[in-house]
Amino acid sequence: MLEVRLIQRFDGFDLDIGFQAPAGVTALFGRSGAGKTTIVNAVAGLTRPQGGRIVLDGQVLFDAGAGICVPPHRRQIGYVFQDARLFPHLDVRQNLLYGRRFAPARDDAPGFDRIVDLLGIGGLLKRRPGGLSGGEKQRVALGRAILSNPRMLLMDEPLAALDEARKAEILTYLERLRDEVGLPILYVSHAMAEVARLATTVVLIDSGRVRLAGPAEQILADPAAAPSLGLREAGAVLNARVAAHEEDGLSRLDTPAGPVWVPQVAAEPGHLLRLRILAQDVMLATERPQGISALNVLPGVVTAVKLGEGPGALVQLSVGGVPLLARVTRRSASVLELQPGRTVYAVLKAVSVAREAIGERG
Amino acid sequence: MTDWLSPEEWQAVALSLKVAGWATLLSLPLGLAVAYALARGRFPGKELLNGLVHLPLILPPVVTGYLLLLTFGRRGPVGALLDQWFGFVLAFRWTGAVLAAAVMAFPLMVRAIRLAIEAVDPKLEEAAATLGAPRPWVFATVTLPLILPGILAGAVLAFAKSMGEFGATITFVSNIPGQTQTLPSAIHAFLQVPGAEGSALRLVLVAIAVSMLALLLSEWLARAVARRIGARDA
Repeated sequence: MLEVRLIQRFDGFDLDIGFQAPAGVTALFGRSGAGKTTIVNAVAGLTRPQGGRIVLDGQVLFDAGAGICVPPHRRQIGYVFQDARLFPHLDVRQNLLYGRRFAPARDDAPGFDRIVDLLGIGGLLKRRPGGLSGGEKQRVALGRAILSNPRMLLMDEPLAALDEARKAEILTYLERLRDEVGLPILYVSHAMAEVARLATTVVLIDSGRVRLAGPAEQILADPAAAPSLGLREAGAVLNARVAAHEEDGLSRLDTPAGPVWVPQVAAEPGHLLRLRILAQDVMLATERPQGISALNVLPGVVTAVKLGEGPGALVQLSVGGVPLLARVTRRSASVLELQPGRTVYAVLKAVSVAREAIGERG
Repeated sequence: MTDWLSPEEWQAVALSLKVAGWATLLSLPLGLAVAYALARGRFPGKELLNGLVHLPLILPPVVTGYLLLLTFGRRGPVGALLDQWFGFVLAFRWTGAVLAAAVMAFPLMVRAIRLAIEAVDPKLEEAAATLGAPRPWVFATVTLPLILPGILAGAVLAFAKSMGEFGATITFVSNIPGQTQTLPSAIHAFLQVPGAEGSALRLVLVAIAVSMLALLLSEWLARAVARRIGARDA
């Protein structure tokens, strides 16, 4: 568990935030310039904040009041930078092993071969970083950080410098790491798709303040978060288990909200997935719709309605106890009398459950 | 090679090599420290230090030589102490020629090393720290290997400059054959004697050869820096 409280004043901008990052992936989400990098650099010990306190697993790393500031090399916190920052004069193997000398000996330390295997970098070991592609560099940087056997991992927009294909490639490795190595990760991003796919906890940062923080499923489906997330990106995430691959090319997924059908996924039955359901892809009906082509119709109860400044409104529903978010017009909201407590049916088009937004879990 | 040069000429060349070698070797650690301080340090008086280091480059060499004589001469404040405590005399000895050469070559060495240090991205050192490496280790395993070609280039330049140093040397330690008569001093002396142009010319050729070699070596090392920091596959 990482506990962060930071105060830092810049010209015309001040940062005053507090949040907790439990096990799993905690996403620091916010626009560029919201202060995210300042926060991770302070956690790593690369910068010394003006005020605040940082505690990792009970150990005080920084306390402005008590004058404590543990230097970065004694924090045991791995850092994957946006620019991989591999050592150009060392080959990939030497880069990977750089932190080994200082790594505390632990029985559960990830083995070299296992990490190399997990990241698919076995063929690169003798090469110099200068000859690697962006995606390869980032994988090596990831391996190097993990092999230093840290207590937690910081990632500052590790995918921002990569093209879409490389992003997808690294995301797959990141998911494997999250699930197989089990290291707590603080992940900085301004890309909703990454956050929706990876995060277990979301901390929403806006102009130097924490706007919202909590489990990903709740925050992403919170209408109050939508303005910070961006209306187009707003949408709930739903954990699902592959139930069966059906004969007509669809897969049935079991979710807490009920069964959902999507075009066949690669994962075998029994695997856990994460679905992302964009608010703009959810229609609402006050009665169970008949004669409709959409396969996925889930009954739920309205829990919150947030009217926007324009013609739109965001409606939060509880479906089988999990939150979903729908974007409708204000007019519909008033005609359908959408108020907390109202029973509605959420209509998801099957195609709206985007395949790329499904992350593997477990 | 010894047949080609007369014993007197050979003596001058050998002395120059010895003086330049020691001057380079002894000023290297200080040069590295000063270059690091100038490249990375933030302290009051940094500009003053920078000016001081570069002063010998701008001052007339004879002025530098005279200042050395005033300071390190037998009656100078530092020279007197060295003589009294250690019996170590610099003025009019080959050791004084080493000091004069080192002072004159110092700006060139510091410049080359400083440029190499400035070319190293501090972000790499930060990355090393997050991997658990303490500062001295980061310097030894990241900074130093990356600037090594720059250090070598600085050393080669300093060596070449030391080989050719004349003004400060002759002012500080005079022109005593076998003691302080370095290669340029010897050329100067031969040119004062009628009929010794042949000797002077041979030494001139040696000077050209040594300078040229040093320059080529330094260029080659500079390219190695670029290769190393730009880092392609070996």
